[in-house]
Amino acid sequence: MGEIFVVVEHRKGEIRDITFEMLFKARELCRASSHNLTAILLGGRDAGFVDDLAKWADRVIAFEDNRLKIFNADLYKEILDSLIGEHTPFLTLMGHTSWGMDLAPALAIRTGFPLATDCVDIQTKDGRPMVTRQIYSGKLFSKVSFKESPGYLVTVRPGAFLPPDDVEESQGEVVRQELPSGLTEPKKEFIEFVDTGAGAIDITQAELLVSIGRGVGEEENIATIKELADLMGATLSCSRPVVDKNWLPKFHQVGTSGKSVKPKVYLAFGISGAFQHVAGITGAGTVIAINKDRKAPIFRVADYGIADDLFKVADALKSELTKVS
Amino acid sequence: MNIIICIKRVPLTQEVDLEVDELKKGVKKDALAYVINDWDNYAIEEAVLLQEKFGGTVTAITIGDEDDEEILRRALAMGADKSIRIEPGERELDGFVISKILAKTIRDLEYDLILTGVQADDDNAAMVGIMLAEELGLRHAAVVTGIEPEEGNAIIRVELEGGMDEVSKIKLPSLLTIQTGINEPRYVSIMGIRKARKKELVVIKVEDLSLSEDDLTLQTIIEEVFLPPEIEGAEMIEGDPSSVAGQIIQIIKEKGGSI
Repeated sequence: MGEIFVVVEHRKGEIRDITFEMLFKARELCRASSHNLTAILLGGRDAGFVDDLAKWADRVIAFEDNRLKIFNADLYKEILDSLIGEHTPFLTLMGHTSWGMDLAPALAIRTGFPLATDCVDIQTKDGRPMVTRQIYSGKLFSKVSFKESPGYLVTVRPGAFLPPDDVEESQGEVVRQELPSGLTEPKKEFIEFVDTGAGAIDITQAELLVSIGRGVGEEENIATIKELADLMGATLSCSRPVVDKNWLPKFHQVGTSGKSVKPKVYLAFGISGAFQHVAGITGAGTVIAINKDRKAPIFRVADYGIADDLFKVADALKSELTKVS
Repeated sequence: MNIIICIKRVPLTQEVDLEVDELKKGVKKDALAYVINDWDNYAIEEAVLLQEKFGGTVTAITIGDEDDEEILRRALAMGADKSIRIEPGERELDGFVISKILAKTIRDLEYDLILTGVQADDDNAAMVGIMLAEELGLRHAAVVTGIEPEEGNAIIRVELEGGMDEVSKIKLPSLLTIQTGINEPRYVSIMGIRKARKKELVVIKVEDLSLSEDDLTLQTIIEEVFLPPEIEGAEMIEGDPSSVAGQIIQIIKEKGGSI
């Protein structure tokens, strides 16, 4: 019998969803292999997270110190390294998030444990984990095993393991630990959080979104889709590449690093459907995708699909709409 | 300010039908075109922008065969001063082994900053940069969207989820993994790439780095690569554009969208 560690992710006084998704998956793995589930909390004093976490784990190991209030890779990796050294958990789960991407690879080198990132499934086979990852932006899947090791590290894709509403609660033991003495001074100093999503329009409130992606091709082509959006009374939104190229301001961006939207209907023009984008439209009522690549991942999640040139479809929509009115 | 950039050449897979190879360990590559990894392109541009402002040299490094020199020449054309290609031979690589090879190569070089892309477009692992930082004992940050150096430090922006950035101060030297959108990578002409042939390109063999067997042993093993499982997916609407448009409008109306 071994142990599975889940490293808790929190921000601005809230436990982030990825934490519960990892705890949910870890619980399933623990049941299958009679492991114990331990949530590792590195947080500030009086964060009030432990009670919530205890409902999801057999044990919560909590380091509560104001130096840990905001994620800091320097401190996190040092504390986790010593904790992993002490307990040798079979598996340690972290989120495949901005912070997880800063922490997990460093921790892998520190501990010497193998790491697989961005996993969408985790199983155990012959006493080792076996994970499934997506490669080539989700166009292919890859099954990955590990070199034999006392423990393994895995980062989990947000949204891959959604817990149901009626998760059985446990009453985990809470173990509060002091920070190891002689902890290094962090080499990175937090200054502030900046909201980058605010702007002239609020795409999260829109009932009808016309959204554009890389497939729009050129900046000049945006005007024609904007015309369509106006004609429909829809709000214009976009995927990451459009913002990266400075074609639209960030407040138009749908997805993990932008906004999560919940329109009644979401029209995706030339959006391939990278998981970071799809994560932002799970709340949409109906998704209609137009993309000339019939194999584009967006068609796996859309309700309706049109495998055609987006401009042809946009022009046809415009003439239909002007005909109607 | 001396900057090292670690870059990779990847297959272009957008709007391309990928096929799994016979061994089911990868993708059939013969018909694919290759490009600079998108994230790395931004990392090169960022390095060159910093060099233009603060001086110093930019060194581009890649691990790969002769064909991969194409992206080194591209980096040189964008403004890098020198480049290193590390020849792995037939050796299989994973993120761990790559970080060991890069660390050994970079350890004795002079630098204030190492930049890598957040991830590569092929394996989407996002691990080499931060592993390399830890190997070299450097401070690090992932998913960086802004760098402003100031007296031995840099003020950096890290992109978090949900439309939020984190601003912090990091001591140099450090390693930062660069997110797309941090800048607008410059255009590279064929003429520019041709001229860049005059710049330094050193080739090192992995064997000559005297890495241990452990360092060169894969920590993760690809067991099988497969096409996404068939799922129902979208109901495809076929037909000529005007009938398709009519159906779209119908669906929007049915689903409660007011047009």
